[in-house]
Amino acid sequence: MADRDDFGATLTFDLSRPGRVGCTLPPLDVPEAPLPSGDLLRDDITLPELSQPDVVRYFTQLSQRNFSIDTGFYPLGSCSMKYNPRINEVAARLSGLADVHPMQSDETAQGALALMHGLQRLLAEITGMHDVSLAPDAGAHGELAGILIASAYHNSNGGPRRRVLVPDSAHGTNPATAAMAGFQVESIPSDTDGNLDFEALRAALDSNGDSVAALMLTLPSTLGLFEPRITQIADLLHDHGALLYGDGANMNAMLGRVKPGDLGFDVFHLNLHKTFSTPHGGGGPGAGPIAVTAALAPFLPAPHVRQDKSSARFSLETPEHSIGRLGLFHGNFGVLVRAYAYILSLGAEGLRGISEAAVLNANYVLTRLRDAYRLPYDRRCMHEVVISGSRQKANGVKTLDIAKRLIDYGFHPPTIYFPLIVDEAMMIEPTESETKETLDAFCDAMLVIAKEAEATPDLVREAPARAPLRRLDEATAARKPVLRWTR
Amino acid sequence: MNIPTELRYTKEHEWIRAEGDIGTIGITDYAQDQLGDIVYLDLPAVGAPLTQNDKLGEIESVKAVSDLYAPVSGEVLEVNTEAVDQPEAVNEEPYGKGWLIRVRLSDASELDAMLTNEAYDELIVREMEEHSD
Repeated sequence: MADRDDFGATLTFDLSRPGRVGCTLPPLDVPEAPLPSGDLLRDDITLPELSQPDVVRYFTQLSQRNFSIDTGFYPLGSCSMKYNPRINEVAARLSGLADVHPMQSDETAQGALALMHGLQRLLAEITGMHDVSLAPDAGAHGELAGILIASAYHNSNGGPRRRVLVPDSAHGTNPATAAMAGFQVESIPSDTDGNLDFEALRAALDSNGDSVAALMLTLPSTLGLFEPRITQIADLLHDHGALLYGDGANMNAMLGRVKPGDLGFDVFHLNLHKTFSTPHGGGGPGAGPIAVTAALAPFLPAPHVRQDKSSARFSLETPEHSIGRLGLFHGNFGVLVRAYAYILSLGAEGLRGISEAAVLNANYVLTRLRDAYRLPYDRRCMHEVVISGSRQKANGVKTLDIAKRLIDYGFHPPTIYFPLIVDEAMMIEPTESETKETLDAFCDAMLVIAKEAEATPDLVREAPARAPLRRLDEATAARKPVLRWTR
Repeated sequence: MNIPTELRYTKEHEWIRAEGDIGTIGITDYAQDQLGDIVYLDLPAVGAPLTQNDKLGEIESVKAVSDLYAPVSGEVLEVNTEAVDQPEAVNEEPYGKGWLIRVRLSDASELDAMLTNEAYDELIVREMEEHSD
């Protein structure tokens, strides 16, 4: 068996021995049939030959190398890497939900459609919006749906508009979405308090204001800050006939506290795989439903679930001026089931408690770290806190080094170098499900690293020392991946 | 911030050192400082044609991937393969061993429209004021 510390470098091919087998086939109990001619069969596929326990041990040991929310603290800002309660998994595995086929008729899938309809209504209530589409399969997919809806809305109300405004603190997906939808993207700066520069927004609207389709705003912002002028921003946009698009990646700060619809948002996307707990550590699948006002509801993507008032039956419909379909079938249904289970198991009070604990935990981290690290915006944060390693950088220790050193202390590093407008940024989102003991252990490690950065900077610069591998060449791995094994 | 007087600059933070019709191109000290640790360079092949202001390649740091733009039109004569192998050279000596490509200029008059060291200094002072937090 491979040396445990060598894991990642050793493949099943390396462990293969000619003739070794992992299982025995039962005796032939059907008439023997000749295989097709040799031209159709390849003999150059060298599959690894291992015993069954070797295969089991190989993959079990590989899985033990994985860092996940099930094994440790994972404070990745802007990602809400929250614990996925196991009851969600029980619900998603119920035969009636797991074995339903997307090609079934609406009549034979009433339960699944009822769940989708129920989730549409719950999300509309949580966001304070008129209606919801579950069709988008991820956050950026939801953004695209929202911006295409804004585009379709303007096209049928006064004509096309070509500009989309995006704050300089935005997720990179926001400008990318607007550009992909054919808009001209303009960046609006942040002010010294970390809020949107209101005068810059006014100036952008004063020059050809009727060419602005929408402002894409994340609330709370990626700086983890609530925008105090949010209703004024909404009014200003609406005065110019523009829409307010909400990036809901940070909804975890607001559940049950404030409704985006009440603040003036016209479109708001949600990440079920963040705020509503479904797992997303492996890169998906996700779900990025969008919630819209009554004026935008006719443009929602298909399919949309409706309930007939007289018969109470559920069916799939395409809204009147729908932007069309975004993908196959009904979206990532398993993710919808988990989000539905999450909301129902918590209830309204439970959801309020989520945002309360998430915000409290982030502010606890802020308070414990504020003397050791620079705080770019000295104000109460929401569900995540952005700190800067600029003080440590002056001593030759960069944020990347601090992140790598955290691995030595058993923690997944936070998001680093984002938001782009904060020098040496570290974006810490503890989420609601962590105990004070876990938060203290993490903060203790951060404080020790700040001391090490002064006393023994090389120790930090050379981290991680306790991981199986040191610094990886991530850029080359992403750009020139070696995907083919050769002997 | 180091801004050598004998070079010409772009507002995209490239520099060029022209000697006759041969130009050496790199990124500025300010650019490497803003990018942080540079981990990857994607540069054109020798012989590739360049058009002024068009994208010539990419530079990746631990923070972001940024486009590189051609300060002048011409043809690539040489690529700094040592910097490709050791991208940290661009952080260490952006005007020295961290140069990126050497080109044959097709129109030396393009240099006249580029920024002088004083003009580039003013540009980055403005940028730093906008970015101060």
